Amino acid sequence: MFDNLSLLGLVPMLNLQLLLDGLLIGSVFALAAYGLALVWGVMNIKNLAQGDFVILGGYIAFTLSQPPINLHPILSIPIIFVLMFVFGWGLYHTIIKRVIERDLFTSLLATFGLAIVIQQLINLAYGPDVQTAEAGMEIREFFGGEITIADTKLVSFLLALVVALLITLFMKKSRMGRAIRATSQNARAARIMGVDTDRVYAFTFSLNAAICGVAGVLISIIWVIQPFFGITHSIRSFVIVTSAGFGNLIGVILSALGLGTVEQFSGFVFGAEFQQATVVGLLVLVLIIRQIMQSRQRQVVK
Amino acid sequence: MNLHLKKIIFYAAILLAGIFAPIAFPAYTFQFAVLWLMILFALTWDILGGQMGYNSLGNILFFGAGMYICTVVQIGMYYDVGEYTAHFGAVKIDFTPYQYFTGIAAGLVLAGIACLGLAVVFGWIVFGLRGPYFAIGTLGVAIAAGELVGAWDYVGAGGGISLPNYPGGPGDREMFFYILCFVSAVCTFIFLKWLYSTRFQLALNAIRDDEEKAEAMGIHTNRYKTIAWSFAAFFLGISGGIFGNMTGFIEPLEVAFPTVTFGIFMVLMVLLGGKGTLWGPVIGAIIFHVIKELTWTYLLGWQWVALGALIIINVVYFQQGIMGWAQEKWPELFGITVDEAVASAEENSTADKEAVI
Repeated sequence: MFDNLSLLGLVPMLNLQLLLDGLLIGSVFALAAYGLALVWGVMNIKNLAQGDFVILGGYIAFTLSQPPINLHPILSIPIIFVLMFVFGWGLYHTIIKRVIERDLFTSLLATFGLAIVIQQLINLAYGPDVQTAEAGMEIREFFGGEITIADTKLVSFLLALVVALLITLFMKKSRMGRAIRATSQNARAARIMGVDTDRVYAFTFSLNAAICGVAGVLISIIWVIQPFFGITHSIRSFVIVTSAGFGNLIGVILSALGLGTVEQFSGFVFGAEFQQATVVGLLVLVLIIRQIMQSRQRQVVK
Repeated sequence: MNLHLKKIIFYAAILLAGIFAPIAFPAYTFQFAVLWLMILFALTWDILGGQMGYNSLGNILFFGAGMYICTVVQIGMYYDVGEYTAHFGAVKIDFTPYQYFTGIAAGLVLAGIACLGLAVVFGWIVFGLRGPYFAIGTLGVAIAAGELVGAWDYVGAGGGISLPNYPGGPGDREMFFYILCFVSAVCTFIFLKWLYSTRFQLALNAIRDDEEKAEAMGIHTNRYKTIAWSFAAFFLGISGGIFGNMTGFIEPLEVAFPTVTFGIFMVLMVLLGGKGTLWGPVIGAIIFHVIKELTWTYLLGWQWVALGALIIINVVYFQQGIMGWAQEKWPELFGITVDEAVASAEENSTADKEAVI
């Protein structure tokens, strides 16, 4: 551990490499986290199946890239967006609709059950092996090979950027986007103004599933997917949203990039098997810090 | 008087069933022992989750901590723990009966007490959190604890520790642990039955219903929350110690800190039986254990899907649980009388209020 730390001091380029990797991966985390912030802020659902939506999207991309279809994973993004949107729509009408009005723990536990079902079904279908959707791109070298950046990471960064821009544009300009923002501000007032909030909720949840699906495709290209990695992705989203607050896209992006970077550094210093421990440790840390901040004003984290 | 007698007969029947179950069905002794532990899990989870309204997803922390503390004490009393775990597999050390039983007794007591202390420390960390943050925060603490123990070489890290062999025949061993599980579950039940007859339960219920108001009424909410959690931790710690010895091999992720198996089972059992009642967790645990054993036997491969589906169905469609459902159906049995006139008047007034809102 200390060897690795001193190595970071000796080879300054290594820091840059880790920083770049962290930022590029963090941009993908930001997508899933933004989806969570959306459902949390608009319909007060804490979706513990968030990470499993991501993994599901990744597995669909993986399946489409396999022999019978042989679709390039990046080209499959629109298809997965639509598929996951429909999937989210179905889930909303069977399960989520019935837990919206209930107390907070209900949605948490119901989505946790959902997470178990999804991860186990994926496990039954694909087995517990680690998979990657092959994008067939090159790795660029800079500074005489001291810094390497895979093209896939750059492309996924750009794609994440494009998706984020499109969503922002959608939320600002479209009629449905305006209805979503109105509902999140005050659902009752929105209803009085003629907004069909039930439809808004359904749309928001489906949009979240679709965004997660896209994030999953990008993850499957630049990283690995495995049926049980969902919970780590969920906790990542929770860390990001808890530290950034919802309805704050800039905050979500910044803390996602920060999380990606911290993970890369801790993965290098402590070893890759501590990845989950780092994410969970950060979650506990963020919660403690927020508690201390709140208790100064004699309040609690609600 | 008649009711009193009925109650005594009822409890005596349960105790007798508990004592004779392993004698009548010796092949299932291990299953029965686990069932008593499950009842203990559900009862301790309900202290916070049902009575106090704090839904913890990380109570399994104390189970694992108790398991490790008990093991370290058991081994550490007679050998060097670091050496024992490092030579795991290479050296087979036998414990004499005296060493074994003194070790396990000291280990269980210390596990309970140490977990009580841990609950005070962790309570300080998590009790500023409310609602979903509390659930996620406790889940985070439990997962982090598992990962940290998995990196600690002194206790065998990810490789785990194998516990001392039981000095005696195989039949004796199962019976010994059955009795331990049975006694600890019954003690938990008796303790909680007493606890829920005191002011303590009223304070917990007040915190559940409205924490701010409870505080304004002069209840030291943080003190009550911490004490309630340390009770749960004490019994969970002991159960962890017993379970570790029962399986004979402990390891951080699957055996000691199984957040997605036992950690979720305890929540599910309470929800199934009915939150906030004394008997709900017991009934829920029994039904859940039977369902689990059946699905694990007959739906192999699909058991986890069935479990997830059970969670969803239970939470979405049947949240009041069996006891809650029974209370709604036969309120007289639970000593609840409904004054029709008041009830209908109240209904009208809430209807009015809703109309105004």
